[in-house]
Amino acid sequence: MKGITDMTVTDVQSTEPNAQGYCEFSLGAFHFSRDEYFVHITWPTGKHVLSADVFLRALQRDVAWDFFYGTVNFDSVFGTVNHYGTVDMFAGRFNDAYRKAELDHTENFETPLIRDTFKAMLDDWTNASFDPFASPAETDKPFGIKDGSNTEAITRRRVAANRMVSVPGDEQVRTDETHPVNRMFADVPQDEPEVYPEPGFEDEVAAYNLYKYISRSDVTWNPSVVSVCKASLYCPTSEEYMLPVFHGNDRVEWFVQLSDEIVWDVQDRDTGAPRSKVTMKAGDVAAMPGDIRHQGYSPKRSMLLVWENASPELPEMIRTGKASVYPVDF
Amino acid sequence: MTEYVTKFGSLADYDKGSIDLINDQAKNYAFSNIFEVASSSKPWEKVAVGKNMQYVLEAIRAEGTSEWRTCAHDEFPLCMDGEVTIELVKLDTPAVPADKEGSVRIDGEPVGKKMGRIVLRKGHQALLPANAAYRMSASAPSVILLQTILGDDTVERWADICLS
Ligand SMILES: [Fe+2]
Repeated sequence: MKGITDMTVTDVQSTEPNAQGYCEFSLGAFHFSRDEYFVHITWPTGKHVLSADVFLRALQRDVAWDFFYGTVNFDSVFGTVNHYGTVDMFAGRFNDAYRKAELDHTENFETPLIRDTFKAMLDDWTNASFDPFASPAETDKPFGIKDGSNTEAITRRRVAANRMVSVPGDEQVRTDETHPVNRMFADVPQDEPEVYPEPGFEDEVAAYNLYKYISRSDVTWNPSVVSVCKASLYCPTSEEYMLPVFHGNDRVEWFVQLSDEIVWDVQDRDTGAPRSKVTMKAGDVAAMPGDIRHQGYSPKRSMLLVWENASPELPEMIRTGKASVYPVDF
Repeated sequence: MTEYVTKFGSLADYDKGSIDLINDQAKNYAFSNIFEVASSSKPWEKVAVGKNMQYVLEAIRAEGTSEWRTCAHDEFPLCMDGEVTIELVKLDTPAVPADKEGSVRIDGEPVGKKMGRIVLRKGHQALLPANAAYRMSASAPSVILLQTILGDDTVERWADICLS
């Protein structure tokens, strides 16, 4: 495929461009095509149509997060479940009506194959003027006939500190040259902490301005790691408009609202039945239980600290009842 | 052009969110507010506001001068209000076994080389390196959120702080 340089594409099944200029893709028994406005998905027991806007924003997160923790629901029908080495792709699996009608369909793939297929599809279906990471106010529309590509935007490097941002040899702070302050964070103070290391301790005496760092993020709804305490990861992100997926948890996940406000729509993970609306304001801390799915809405660009426990044994501990789906017992 | 105002909380001015229940219990979200917790905490009390297995987030009211503490693993304080000074000392001998989780108090003055000093203001995050001794001070009430592991001195008072 043109424009893709950092991947093996030998096993990606795709066609020549259709009448609108977009290739079609197959993975297992799933088939994907797009036209000017919509993405069409078919599988042996059904078919589905969703807006190219919704699909590309969700696909971008699934690719960038490498299938993340648990379930990434593109909408109420289609999505993926991460098994950390393999990935389930499903239609209707977490939809009560599809399940009862036995029309749901799931296939499991080795991660590299689904990763490469998704990357190729994202690259082919994203036009030059559309950035799926940006808020709708910051990018052009994804619609229309095939018009160039935006490989640079969709392959942004995901930041992942080993110890902490700003520590020598680790991820570095963001500067005007590469990361100007976002228009909605123009009032965020840009001062740095005072750091006075004694000679010989420059590598261990470290601090930086996290709010300044987040104010310069050029993406939305894309957590990146800034500090690491064993398997405890601080994953701050800048949020504007809406989370393009319903994230289904396979473990408890915590949110610290650092600035402004987000409303979370919380549903049952397996059926999609509504459970609550959680309104988080600056300084609020809340857990998302391990048996829900959630989608967030941020009216103004806000700073969210997503706190993850990355322990690989957690999903199995929850499945076997050794760990709770609820955060604390009180 | 619109002047956007970014709203951060503080001890003096915070607004707690809420949960609208449809088919759930508020307890399942362990929903608290860091500034509210710090408002009702004793200076340097380490109150858990987040917990995931052994890992915790502690809300700490920084006021006056803390005791010296040390920890076998890295910890990360984020200043969410006010101004906090941190002094660091490289201990000649680690004061805790390598597998000890959470920080412990050091009696008296730490023995070792001075590593340096950091002054944090709102939004600043620092590294407390493993096996360093650290002491914090704040001339006015300030707030720290600490990324660490549940330790002997972590305070859990969920029923007091969470929406239910
Ligand atoms: Fe999530």
